[in-house]
Amino acid sequence: MRHRIVILGSGTGGTLTANRLHKAYGDAAEITVIDRDDRHIYQPGLLFVPFGLADPGEIVRPRHAQLHEGIDFRIAEVDRVVTADNTVHLAGGETIEYELLVVATGASLLPEETEGLSGPGWGERIFTFYELQSATALRDALRRFDHGRLVVNMIDMPIKCPVAPLEFCFLADWYLRERGVRQDVELIYATPLDGAFTKPIASERLAGLLEAKRIILETEFATGRVDGESGRLLSWDEREIPFDLLVTIPLHGGAAFIGRSPGLGDELGFVAADKGTLQSKAAPNVFAIGDATNVPTSKAGSVTHFEAETLIENIRRFLDGQELESSFDGHANCFIETGFHKALLIDFNYDIEPLPGKFPEPHLGPLPLLKESRLNHMAKLAFQSIYWHLLLPGRDMPGISPQLQMAGKDTELIANQGASQ
Amino acid sequence: MTPSTLTAAPVARDAEGFFLDPEQWTEEMADEIARESGIDELTDRHWLVIRFMRKAYLETGSAPSIRTLGKVSGVAIKELYQLFPKGPAKLAAKIAGIPKPRGCI
Repeated sequence: MRHRIVILGSGTGGTLTANRLHKAYGDAAEITVIDRDDRHIYQPGLLFVPFGLADPGEIVRPRHAQLHEGIDFRIAEVDRVVTADNTVHLAGGETIEYELLVVATGASLLPEETEGLSGPGWGERIFTFYELQSATALRDALRRFDHGRLVVNMIDMPIKCPVAPLEFCFLADWYLRERGVRQDVELIYATPLDGAFTKPIASERLAGLLEAKRIILETEFATGRVDGESGRLLSWDEREIPFDLLVTIPLHGGAAFIGRSPGLGDELGFVAADKGTLQSKAAPNVFAIGDATNVPTSKAGSVTHFEAETLIENIRRFLDGQELESSFDGHANCFIETGFHKALLIDFNYDIEPLPGKFPEPHLGPLPLLKESRLNHMAKLAFQSIYWHLLLPGRDMPGISPQLQMAGKDTELIANQGASQ
Repeated sequence: MTPSTLTAAPVARDAEGFFLDPEQWTEEMADEIARESGIDELTDRHWLVIRFMRKAYLETGSAPSIRTLGKVSGVAIKELYQLFPKGPAKLAAKIAGIPKPRGCI
């Protein structure tokens, strides 16, 4: 009998999973992929749109064209999943039964959850680069912006690509310098965290970069309300940051149908999943991948790519009636664009924070970790082509291991840090 | 790690005062930590949050974020800031005897 696999979402995780499963099973599995539209956005490209470094059109491709022939692609809105009956209910009433379900519906932006954020000023002096339409409008607003206060604000974790707000600050500094107006702009990064980033060693280095670029860091700022009319961010503990132009990273949550699916999600609508096996806690024949899960690592494409290794193996084991392997280690690998044609690279997992060293080959690299270099910037740009041609089709990426490698990393720093605490 | 004593019992706390082992915590210690942190008296509303924090931590292995508290603890974020000034998630975790919320990845 053919296996009946349904995949919700056709972004990085859904597409990659569908293609790998199709390769592994061929006609032995009927694979249906469901998404609400046919626009696959290369999300790392969104960062470049506001600075005119990427054209909105060039980062979007049809979803169906990224799926191998033989995979069934459907455009539909999911109303809910009922794991007790192994059924996906579509808006409009149709139901689809599955033997195995993969949830890969990513993270959604929830600007309406912050008082005032999507009200007056949205699209005029308040923008986000986390979706294409607003990123494009921000490009036009930035072109006109030549003096005043530019505030970048992450409202709360979790967000997709936690380094992106910092990258935006670095690129904004570069962009305004290139235009010769940097001295007339105050650039502020307001974050609810107690430092520039979530992990201590990287946070310290990134704070140093912010300072060198004269970007003001406001920490422990928990935004409670945005007043778009007077141009003010207000925190829950009654601090205030005035702005002329606000670049916000709104709250994130899981896809809305997850909240309507009994037992599937956590309180933010992310799929409650085992962090080592990626099996959902709601039912053994439901798995999750990518930004859609609640596993405690970054929401990023590299994470999704590394998770796919574990996911595909565990789907095979589940369908064969074998015990699952707990092999996902939380591995993330992110380029951090720092402006002036340079970038940093960080490599970390659930337990090991980003450290200096070389990647992917110990000592040889060629990419330096946690250090600015032109090579990292080139690699970041080259990745777009790798994404469409190697990663999504499910081809192997030679030399890149799904698990974090300690060889080539400067582990003394963690030892020293332990001693100082 | 800074060893210290609360209600005359030795407890292991980190440099910022968060418990390393939640098992060492007792309800009497909560009042003492609260006073250390500038909260004179713990009301029923404080206790609602403290018990929620401990339960969530013991069940999931991580302390809830302020956003999660606001959604499911039964106390809105605005009130959380009145009860536990500055950083409610951190302060409530400290008083509840659980490790510092990582909240962020």
